[in-house]
Amino acid sequence: MVETNNLNESAREEKKTTISLSPTISSMATRGDESTADPSAAEVIFDVEKLDAFYGDFKALSNVSLQVYKSQVTAFIGPSGCGKSTFLRCFNRMNDLIEGARVEGTIKYRGADLYDEEVDPVEVRRRIGMVFQKPNPFPKSIFENVAYGPRLSGLKKSKLAETVEKSLRRSALWDEVKDRLSASAYGLSGGQQQRLCIARAIAVQPDVVLMDEPCSALDPIATARIEELITELKSEYTIVIVTHNMQQAARMSDQTAFFSVALDSHGSRTGELVEFDKTETIFTNPNDSRTEAYITGRVG
Amino acid sequence: MNMTTISAEELQTASGRRLRSSLARWMFLLASAVTILISGLIIWTIASEAWTFASQVAADQLQTIGWFPRRGMFDIGTLILNSAQIAIVSMIVAVPSGLGAAIYLSEYAHPRVRRIMKPTLELLASVPSVVLGVFAISFITPVVLSKFFDEINFFNKLAAGIGVGLLVIPLIASISEDALRAVPRDLREASAGLGARKATTAIRVVIPAALSGLMAAIIVGFSRAIGETMVVTIASGGGDTSLFETSIKESGGTVTSAMAALGLGTDQVAGNDLAFQSLYFLGALLFIITLVMNMLGNLIVRRMQERY
Repeated sequence: MVETNNLNESAREEKKTTISLSPTISSMATRGDESTADPSAAEVIFDVEKLDAFYGDFKALSNVSLQVYKSQVTAFIGPSGCGKSTFLRCFNRMNDLIEGARVEGTIKYRGADLYDEEVDPVEVRRRIGMVFQKPNPFPKSIFENVAYGPRLSGLKKSKLAETVEKSLRRSALWDEVKDRLSASAYGLSGGQQQRLCIARAIAVQPDVVLMDEPCSALDPIATARIEELITELKSEYTIVIVTHNMQQAARMSDQTAFFSVALDSHGSRTGELVEFDKTETIFTNPNDSRTEAYITGRVG
Repeated sequence: MNMTTISAEELQTASGRRLRSSLARWMFLLASAVTILISGLIIWTIASEAWTFASQVAADQLQTIGWFPRRGMFDIGTLILNSAQIAIVSMIVAVPSGLGAAIYLSEYAHPRVRRIMKPTLELLASVPSVVLGVFAISFITPVVLSKFFDEINFFNKLAAGIGVGLLVIPLIASISEDALRAVPRDLREASAGLGARKATTAIRVVIPAALSGLMAAIIVGFSRAIGETMVVTIASGGGDTSLFETSIKESGGTVTSAMAALGLGTDQVAGNDLAFQSLYFLGALLFIITLVMNMLGNLIVRRMQERY
């Protein structure tokens, strides 16, 4: 109970700072009931148009177009190899790290073309944070893990402790670690490590948080805590999450994109977007028979 | 209930096979025992002869104008100073470029570049040290060093140090590169995902995580440098004698080159008296220096390492 109160307090605090940072948000009155709000009225954060993604000659993803809306959770679901993780990693140009990876088509982030030659991927990643499939804390102390990002952007030393505490509270980890901030992050459980990674990602106050199957390495209890956290966080951050778990997408997300694998004439597997809609629609009244087959468990 | 039964014998190993597998076990045990035995013998020989030297030598024989074993002057300080100077020069040459090469190969190089450069580097490590010794006196001293210093001895410790350094670069680079590459890709992605540039990721995440391996590389490099004999003997003029001399522009024998000279027996009195035993004393000294270096390195690593 105490913990929840703390959380709400810090949430309010954070909300204020976020609003003062980007005034455009305050005009949006969609908070709280996004799932039923008309998405067309929400602010578009990412506008993807006819995106193809390649690894060398291999086409991993073909002709994807969709929009990600502000302060919503957008989920990507689909069978293995459908390119949903590849797609997610296009949003912060993480695929740039892989030799031979490239995209065709456009992804606009708040109107700016992410793949414009002038764009610095490092700048992109400071605004668009990421949480990975396997918890990957640095082999440093809990404090240093969270402080890593703020240090990069040159936050003053005197402000560091405050930022670390705020981020850890925000990710519902503070009470568990406040007495051992200087202990190694590797002493934490898997679920705690993942919450630490979330704290680390939000410590730089990103605009968007990308999550690549953040619960796939966790047990059900840890998963439930992360899900709860994600639902909490969407008031401040736009969240895009890849998940294997359909129930998870149904529980948490406002919009859902279903991806599938298409075999071309050469037998090569390419991912494609089958359907993108409000989560409710996808799970209750899908348009495409493939979506229906997948969500009802007949395929995949 | 229906059940297919088998006899216990069917689950037993054939006795021939059992014999063979126990034979194999004994052979491997023997092989490892032989290595330990040989190491033990070496240590025993060195230690006992070194003890003979230490117990018979007079204190004033150990503090003289230099190392003249034929004349009963065993100023070990001279040799240690020369060894240390050459090892330090070689580390100044090898550590920055070895680590630099490793960081380039593991963090920056295109996979195709690495596929060519890594084996080349390892090939370089197998250049015989005598070649580098000759390189030092035919190139490093006359062509390079003579440009920087007006007066420099043809045989000098600086050239020897540089030569040893060149020998050690590939060793340090190769071991360091393995250590850096062993750092999980996850950590690099986590850092990049937070908006770190490649150099920042390398300095703040990869290097600290690989620290124990990097220290090991440096320690191996140092041990190699302090134990190097041929380059030093050729380039630093380490014959059977050396006068105490602090300048690295002058010649001087090291612990190893003095051992080589004693071992060769160019000395008329090789085998005579304490000169022969001093060889073992130097060997023991070298052994201890390397051992202490290793322990020191381990200590530093335990203090600073970030375990992943």
